[in-house]
Amino acid sequence: MRAAARLVARTDGRGRTVLAELRGEPPLLLRQVPGRDGGVTVYVVGGAAGPLAGDDLRLDVEVGRGAVVRVHTVAASVALPGRPGAVSRMRVRASVAEGASLHWLPEQLVAATGCAHLADSRVMVADGGTLLWRDELICGRYGEQPGDVVVRTTVDHAGRPLLRQSLAVGPDVPGWSGPAVLGGAPATGSLLLLDPARPAAPPEVDLGGPVAGTASRERPGAVARLPLAGDAATLWTATAPDADTLRQHLTPRLPGPVPAPT
Amino acid sequence: MPTSSMLLLLADGRFPAGAHAHSGGLEAAVAAGRVTDLGTLGEFLRGRLATAGLVGAAFAAAAHRAVPTADRAAELGRLDAELDARTAAPALRTVSRRQGRALLRAGRAIWPYAPFGDLPGGAAGPHQPLVFGLLAAAAGLSRTETALAAAHGTVTGAASAGVRLLGLDPYHVQALLIALAGACDTTAADAARAADGPPEELPAAAAPLADIHAEAHVTWEVRLFAS
Amino acid sequence: MRPETAHDESVPHTHPEPGVDPHAPLPPAARALRVGIGGPVGSGKTALVAALCRAFADELRLGVVTNDIYTTEDADFLRRAGVLDPARIRAVETGCCPHTAIRDDIGANLDAVDDLADTVGPLDLVLVESGGDNLTATFSRGLVDRQIFVVDVAGGDKVPRKGGPGVTAADLLVVNKTDLAPMVGADLSVMDRDARARRGDLPTVFLSITQDPLAHRVAEWIRHELAHHRTAVAAAPPAALPPSVAVPTGSA
Repeated sequence: MRAAARLVARTDGRGRTVLAELRGEPPLLLRQVPGRDGGVTVYVVGGAAGPLAGDDLRLDVEVGRGAVVRVHTVAASVALPGRPGAVSRMRVRASVAEGASLHWLPEQLVAATGCAHLADSRVMVADGGTLLWRDELICGRYGEQPGDVVVRTTVDHAGRPLLRQSLAVGPDVPGWSGPAVLGGAPATGSLLLLDPARPAAPPEVDLGGPVAGTASRERPGAVARLPLAGDAATLWTATAPDADTLRQHLTPRLPGPVPAPT
Repeated sequence: MPTSSMLLLLADGRFPAGAHAHSGGLEAAVAAGRVTDLGTLGEFLRGRLATAGLVGAAFAAAAHRAVPTADRAAELGRLDAELDARTAAPALRTVSRRQGRALLRAGRAIWPYAPFGDLPGGAAGPHQPLVFGLLAAAAGLSRTETALAAAHGTVTGAASAGVRLLGLDPYHVQALLIALAGACDTTAADAARAADGPPEELPAAAAPLADIHAEAHVTWEVRLFAS
Repeated sequence: MRPETAHDESVPHTHPEPGVDPHAPLPPAARALRVGIGGPVGSGKTALVAALCRAFADELRLGVVTNDIYTTEDADFLRRAGVLDPARIRAVETGCCPHTAIRDDIGANLDAVDDLADTVGPLDLVLVESGGDNLTATFSRGLVDRQIFVVDVAGGDKVPRKGGPGVTAADLLVVNKTDLAPMVGADLSVMDRDARARRGDLPTVFLSITQDPLAHRVAEWIRHELAHHRTAVAAAPPAALPPSVAVPTGSA
């Protein structure tokens, strides 16, 4: 299945965000819900199960100067196996202009056994733009080993590279669940905050409590707050035993006004 | 040009660039109880090779590729920014630049005419893989050999730290490395191939625990290893 | 090859040693004298460093690099004792290879020395303390200008006779804790005789830091070496780099 969706946000004469374009096709449907603070909130509504291997999905998001957009999904997406040898793709291309703000806070991506999936996001944020971006990956449904998934996130800020990370899990990926990468944690993810009003937060780490004699799969996970190079942005990176714990780790806790994650 | 001996020299853990003082994240992984024996050390090395090993080797190969280009300094500047963007943990950025500084000290003493002056990084030091790429080019290594020595270094250093930290049987640890040799070759070939592409497309393999462990390690009052 | 500054075309090359005016007073050394302090665990290296810090407190701009496990407790001890500002101390992690860090692969120590000068300003003297060694450990000449090897009488009066590169080749051998000699049955005259036999003309100092908290004779030796170092630095530019492999860059 191939599908493309597109979201273009601008501001009207009174500084409120309006959607100049909002279109999708199954299984990638977009629905606007009543927003607040003059911004808009859009849900990606999955019109079918999946993605299934072989699916090729693409979402373009353009947030114009001064516009405020929040994107959510109504449910976790479950990457599933499809035709043998086929790969499913979900590509997101987003741009955030000066004075604009994009909150990308979808539900989790679940890697089902046998899947082959690439989630590839590229975001360009202009100088003076704001970005809150969350990626969450659950390695397999309950009690299940994951298929092969790559979550690739590429963010540029003011024309310079800000974040490049590509997390790969699955049977074809050497050492992915070992102590150098996930330490047996079935849930992992990151939250990026780039906000011109908020300098990067200093590093902080929580290794998740008791260590000695604990089997790695029983850990409450671990999280680190990482100021990225250039001190313009902060990345939280976490591992967790389940999706709920992961979400707790990846909900920003900062002094001062916190970007509303809802 | 015969480069075999040169490759062995640059891949040798005794090359004086401070490698002996770095555990590649192993000291923190051991303290966290995640690496306890030969099996978990093997998994650690495998994961490290596929993440930090691949990225480091690709950037070393890309820096090597930049050496003969006309706008070498600008190209190295792009690689520096791209590597920063792949190194989310500030502790790991600092470590890479410290190791770069140590390697640069050796490189300048041995190859004073190599274009180390074009390296970015200022007082903090240049990223280690970029220095290694220039140094390997000065030594006449090919791009694949450069990637190979770089990838090799990311696992041998941690393996040697494993012998010291866990008191593991050195023969068994060496056998682990021997078993990883094929993966090391493949990683190096992938890294060298990736260096043909633009800097933004270079590998960016992430390892959440490497970032988390590094930030924990840097807060310790007493460390045996610098990283 | 001259040091980099001598390449400056604006420096008139009129004297036999360009850049040095023979009529001017001796300039301060271009860099600090670096003195390595090695020796077995428990022989009193750290106590000697503390004694020298006290001795030179008002006299020299001092820095310390330690290759031992170093904690904020140690720093607090030195600060409380009024011995040395912790900002002037750098600890080097040695990855459980203390010998390697001072002898075979000295980059981290050289970085620490540079870092001291960058953050606290020019220094006259840097003491580089090794981690606990055995008798075979020595410092690289690339790291230190002089080295002191510290043994103690409690280690047995046969230590100088055993030799090893530390005892035989150090620029100064310090036999510490002489106050304990009667208690451990060590014969200082035997140690002195063996040290002379092993070391030829190289000096040996017998010391009890308990009785001599400023380590007078060691401090005096360092003053002498420092004066010599300054003269040598003023008289001759640093040696040229070793001949190297000048492979054309960019060969792929």
